[in-house]
Amino acid sequence: MNATAQYNFAYLDEQTKRMIRRAILKAIAIPGYQVPFSSREMPMPYGWGTGGVQVTASIIGPDDVLKVIDQGADDTTNAVSIRAFFAKVAQVATTTHTGEATIIQTRHRIPERALGPGQTLVYQVPIPEPLRFLEPRETETRKMHALEEYGLMHVKLYEDIARHGRIATTYAYPVKVEGRYVMDPSPTPKFDNPKMHMSEALQLFGAGREHRIYAVPPHTEVVSLDFEDHPFAIQHFEEPCALCGAEQVYLDEVILDDAGGHMYVCSDTDNCETRRAAGHVGALGVREAAE
Amino acid sequence: MTTEPLLRVENLTKYYGSRLGCADVSFELWPGEVLAIVGESGSGKTTLLNSLSATLEPSSGRTLYRMRNEQWRNIYELSEAERRFLVRTDWGFVHQNPADGLRMTVSAGANVGERLMAVGDRHYGHIRDTALDWLGRVEIAADRIDDQPRSFSGGMRQRLQIARNLVTGPRLVFMDEPTGGLDVSVQARLLDLLRGLVGELGLAAVVVTHDLAVARLLSHRMMVMKDGRVIEAGLTDRVLDDPREPYTQLLVSSILQV
Repeated sequence: MNATAQYNFAYLDEQTKRMIRRAILKAIAIPGYQVPFSSREMPMPYGWGTGGVQVTASIIGPDDVLKVIDQGADDTTNAVSIRAFFAKVAQVATTTHTGEATIIQTRHRIPERALGPGQTLVYQVPIPEPLRFLEPRETETRKMHALEEYGLMHVKLYEDIARHGRIATTYAYPVKVEGRYVMDPSPTPKFDNPKMHMSEALQLFGAGREHRIYAVPPHTEVVSLDFEDHPFAIQHFEEPCALCGAEQVYLDEVILDDAGGHMYVCSDTDNCETRRAAGHVGALGVREAAE
Repeated sequence: MTTEPLLRVENLTKYYGSRLGCADVSFELWPGEVLAIVGESGSGKTTLLNSLSATLEPSSGRTLYRMRNEQWRNIYELSEAERRFLVRTDWGFVHQNPADGLRMTVSAGANVGERLMAVGDRHYGHIRDTALDWLGRVEIAADRIDDQPRSFSGGMRQRLQIARNLVTGPRLVFMDEPTGGLDVSVQARLLDLLRGLVGELGLAAVVVTHDLAVARLLSHRMMVMKDGRVIEAGLTDRVLDDPREPYTQLLVSSILQV
């Protein structure tokens, strides 16, 4: 007899997966609409991606190749744990290469490398309701979504400009999906918003604590909200990645010492490693396999 | 001059369970006319106002409103989307407590601009200019535009609430004790401002108040309510100077003389 407890494939039981798949199908059918689902307790705390994990567990098959990123990195605690979790309960192949993955579960980044058809991006979402901090009543926000009353979203952007002279929202920047629902793209930097627009990949969003699933199907219009005289703009970086010299990518600041020394490196570790393997070197980088 | 009323109320009755809120109220309101509803606490004034403004659904009776396209619609038969649109464009509602009508955690400018954004204005400069203009009209200094109403005095909050309601150019405004809770000098200033705006914009208004002085200053006509029923109605000066019903006589004679 086997001493260890046996899990069903991908941890969740089949009935639960069916239920979540139904929610996902509904979400895909109504892009940007938040579908309620019966979120389960997962063997990890809320805030660690229980929503994303349930979505991934429901869509993953034995032939899938899974990549998990946390703030763009493949090697941080959250990413390593979730990757190990699925390697154990679903015995699936895992990878850190964006191009090889069929399912990418992400916390707060979209990979720099453009996603292709057949790939699925699963977002971990803490607060799915973009209107939450403007209107605390869920009954009211649902009504506002139903009646397409989104003036309040612009009140927030107005406040930004009035206070900071520009739209100071840098992450969880609200978008309008397919001209209908206003959606919170999860706390990804607004740098990634344009990548959601007309993406070839399927994008699924799971909020475990809030019991909501929503989706952006491939080739769907995703437009960031703005004002005519204050158009949407993504972050801009002065210098390229210090390790691989990449430009037009999202960078993290890394503190080097206590004397103000710092460097900017790619937030997407796979993108950085791939570039360095191909011979790109940044200002502080070391040539790979030198001598 | 229009020859048709704006609002037509027919036999409006509201019961809360078996208890009466207001009964059998009928009247017409004409464009540019201010109607005061007076009476003591518990007389059904606020129930009537909430029913008129579609906040409450009455037990029976109809309220017909002449929409901008000249169609008469029973406001209780509008779809929820139509009703909410009407409420935030063609109507205004000034609450007694400004905190009920304002967003206390966003700036004064955004409070005024919210209705504009709700009807699709997406030009920051235009929204801000309009907000500045309206703050000026309600006598709030332009340098307070980015302050939150939390930092405003009671009178300023009430004036901000009025600006927020009038920015979309409504034709009908409901006011529930607009001067309640303000001290007398602030009340006087607010009344003066309201009277000016109502005249200048040609607004129709229904004002609920227990203060006969407010009714005298603001309204053309008034209705006196007692125990949920309208007991006397007429031109304001007529009702106040020559009250017919004993209860109205009592009300008028109860005004404090200084």
